[in-house]
Amino acid sequence: MTAVLRVLEPGLFTTIQDLGRPNAIAAGVPPGGAMDRFAHRAANLLVGNAEGEATLECTLTGPHLVAELSCLVAIAGADIEVRVNGQSAPTWTGMFLGSGDHLVLGPRRSGARAYIAVAGGIEADRWLGSASTNLMATRGGMHGRNLKAGDHIGVAREASRPAVSGHHLPSRLRPDYDHHTLAAIAGPHLKRLDAESRGMLFGSAFKVSREADRMGYRLDGPRLAISGDELLSFGLTAGAIQVPRSGQAILLMADHQTAGGYPVVATVVSASMPVAAQLVPGDELHFTEVTLDRARQMRLSLAAALDTLR
Amino acid sequence: MPPQRSTRPAPRVRIHLLGDTALLAELGTRLDTALNTRAIALATALKKRRDVRQAVAGYAGVTVHFDPEQTTPDALGAAIKRLAAKRPPMDEPGRLHRIPVVYEGPDLEEVAARLKLTTQKVAELHSKPIYRVFLVGFVPGWAYLGPLPEELELPRRHVPRTQVPAGSVAIAGRQTGIYPLPTPGGWHLIGRTSVKLFLPDRDPPCLFRAGDRVKFFASDR
Repeated sequence: MTAVLRVLEPGLFTTIQDLGRPNAIAAGVPPGGAMDRFAHRAANLLVGNAEGEATLECTLTGPHLVAELSCLVAIAGADIEVRVNGQSAPTWTGMFLGSGDHLVLGPRRSGARAYIAVAGGIEADRWLGSASTNLMATRGGMHGRNLKAGDHIGVAREASRPAVSGHHLPSRLRPDYDHHTLAAIAGPHLKRLDAESRGMLFGSAFKVSREADRMGYRLDGPRLAISGDELLSFGLTAGAIQVPRSGQAILLMADHQTAGGYPVVATVVSASMPVAAQLVPGDELHFTEVTLDRARQMRLSLAAALDTLR
Repeated sequence: MPPQRSTRPAPRVRIHLLGDTALLAELGTRLDTALNTRAIALATALKKRRDVRQAVAGYAGVTVHFDPEQTTPDALGAAIKRLAAKRPPMDEPGRLHRIPVVYEGPDLEEVAARLKLTTQKVAELHSKPIYRVFLVGFVPGWAYLGPLPEELELPRRHVPRTQVPAGSVAIAGRQTGIYPLPTPGGWHLIGRTSVKLFLPDRDPPCLFRAGDRVKFFASDR
């Protein structure tokens, strides 16, 4: 492997992610993959990669990297200060790093996760069809762990297209990250909530608690009154809003458990998951009920935005 | 015993949305081997469809992840109902796993006391049936096994443990299972096994598959 980047400081929690391993969920393995798939895809497309190449997912505090070779990179996702050799550098834009250049992410202004793509894709351990890091299994990505100082990051392949810097995704084409209202579709067990709790689910403010990670977020807010017999376990999906007996809602994210028996009262639609992925503990959020048709319009609008980069 | 074909009528399928890219096809709400056989067969059939990304059988239903640019929940739901109305599949006996258990779990005494049984009787009852793997999931390698004999039925612990050691053999309700990895857990720990359930370097990475059969036997190591 030829290293293109070396890690001087890893940041709080930086892992290698791609679009996950959906085929492994039947074996109980979380699908994993980038939490904010829009930003991950955009970062890849900005450097001429296929959208599923591995990127670095940087959580809250970004890393300090040094380029070992010249390379084309792009940073997308959280609103974070990016500096190259101390000079402010653009996000959502493809840019060249020269050999020896220092790339520093942070401090963060808003959002939780920034993605760094490198032309050619980041080289990583593959496990069950994906380069995504799975900490529990210690497989995938950088030997199944988050990055640490001294790690070398290589590229997966020769870039298939000529490297061109300056590609940019303007903010009007990105998800509205500052608007913390998540669109959701009524779930299989919504009727297990009483009328008042249903009103609170789609009317009250919730807050991301301290218990929030890649598996899911426990939400502070109104206690939802759930009734009914225990359910038999069934397959789950990212975006599902579970309500256990305690009444404290849980929003499942990329590394969610694959099956469970808590009632699912609603599911956040795919087009709102990038916004959900950028929430940090303490952030307030609302759920709004949408139709399948509205979810489709939202999905197609994000897909069209990414198409402008192809 | 020859394979048996269920004579019960096809279950009524209820389709529930799980967002805009998945749905839950519910065949029933009871812990029932025939329903589970149907769910596994339905998941297998659905996986062959081009508009289906993944289909995961639960106890009595299938969670289907689909490509929303290739199908709609209405169209897929109709196809699922047609598939589920077909004659029930043969319940071929799944692969049989024999699992040694040291019945010395930290909850064994308490479980025995609450059930008014001796610890030996608990072990005897637990190792008697041939269990079915109803569902693989929750965490990598975990399998929901059952049905557990009625005499051993207990609700989950009020306060779940924050860390259960890998290899713990546990019971709750009419179910039993083995913790494949150190994870939090609310089931009663009655024993432990040295058998590895999660095999990260194999594909699929777990020992049990839905529909397999499991027989525990008492062992001293």
